[in-house]
Amino acid sequence: MKTISLESAAAMIPDGASLMIGGFMGVGTPERMIDEIVRQRKGKLAIIANDTAIPGRGIGKLVAGGLLNKVVASHIGLNPETQQQMIAGKIAVDLVPQGTLIERIRAGGSGLGGILTPTGVGTVVEEGKRRIELDGKSYLLETALRADFALVHAFLADYAGNLSYALTARNFNPVIAMAADTVIVTADHIVPVGVIAPDHVVTPAAVVDYLVANR
Amino acid sequence: MDAQTIIAKRIARELRAGMLVNLGIGIPTLVANYVPAGVSVFFQSENGLIGTGPIPEDGMAHPTLTDAGGQPVSALPGASTFDSAMSFALIRGGHLDMTVLGGLQVDARGRLANWMIPGKMVPGMGGAMDLVTGAKRVIVAMQHTAKGKPKIVKECGLPLTSVRCVDLVVTELAVIGFADGRATLLETAPGVSVKQVVEATEAPLTKAAKIEEMRL
Repeated sequence: MKTISLESAAAMIPDGASLMIGGFMGVGTPERMIDEIVRQRKGKLAIIANDTAIPGRGIGKLVAGGLLNKVVASHIGLNPETQQQMIAGKIAVDLVPQGTLIERIRAGGSGLGGILTPTGVGTVVEEGKRRIELDGKSYLLETALRADFALVHAFLADYAGNLSYALTARNFNPVIAMAADTVIVTADHIVPVGVIAPDHVVTPAAVVDYLVANR
Repeated sequence: MDAQTIIAKRIARELRAGMLVNLGIGIPTLVANYVPAGVSVFFQSENGLIGTGPIPEDGMAHPTLTDAGGQPVSALPGASTFDSAMSFALIRGGHLDMTVLGGLQVDARGRLANWMIPGKMVPGMGGAMDLVTGAKRVIVAMQHTAKGKPKIVKECGLPLTSVRCVDLVVTELAVIGFADGRATLLETAPGVSVKQVVEATEAPLTKAAKIEEMRL
């Protein structure tokens, strides 16, 4: 784990990169990283996240900046700009049931090729996928997801990079922290090693590549 | 009493002590206002919380304590928080006793469409497909008709949320069950006749041996 400035962290991300971004309707989203990505005008990004928040918040800023050409999410309904860009053909949107999305990410971070889920069987979600019958039940084979970068936001990060999260700001964060080649973390508070008791570490430092320095 | 209140109050009577329950956005959210006295249930919010409480008073909201719409909530004593993989393991894994969801259409067998109108409304399914597929009991809270057109139809014209049939549909006119794969009229709202319900329903309705009046 290395500590890094906000500017250098965003500079590592090339145009066209795939990013997993934590947060649920902007809660638990690495807002400072998003602002810096917008400031550096990164383009043609593909993002994997639960949703695209609302205009002016979290991932909504990447949408408004025209920085995205692909979105994999479970819900875009509260951001009209995402829908407009989808209809205009600027962003390709892949809508995935939320439980399937998070489990595909979990598989990607766990060395699994995919998962079998009953969700989506017999619906439009099944199109183009393999249906597998097992013990009399039907499942869809849903493949694992990984990304070039995971942008994680924690409540506490210790100097070694161990992480814990706050309330409903946890959501996708600990799961995406396992599923990307490079894991970049921002945190509300950076604290000495030991402040987070071993029992309370949710994401072990071993999976964190960069911790962004606070100002 | 307005339509939404009738629906929410009737569904609240399905709550039992100790249940883990997930309420969708809209009318379903109102069910929490009518939990019967003495019945303690756990409400789950799929963004990672069991034990959601009322909307906090002005100035008491916390930015990291929110519902599935991103709006501030409170947490009751004994609440717990967890990540999204755990949240949907609870939903799909047989741990969620009941979910209450809004509906656009329900077909004669009880199959629900509630997540998109092609060409008009494509918000994404969020957690709806997992909830309908995975919850032990699925209750749909919706108005009986939309702009005068029946919402309980022979076949859903809109894309299905799941092929799993729902257990109960509660409207401002009636309670309809799907126990044996057929839409069955179980209860009518006070002052509503069986004929009125049948006329407002496109799907063929089987009539229960005894059709009760909805208790609110």
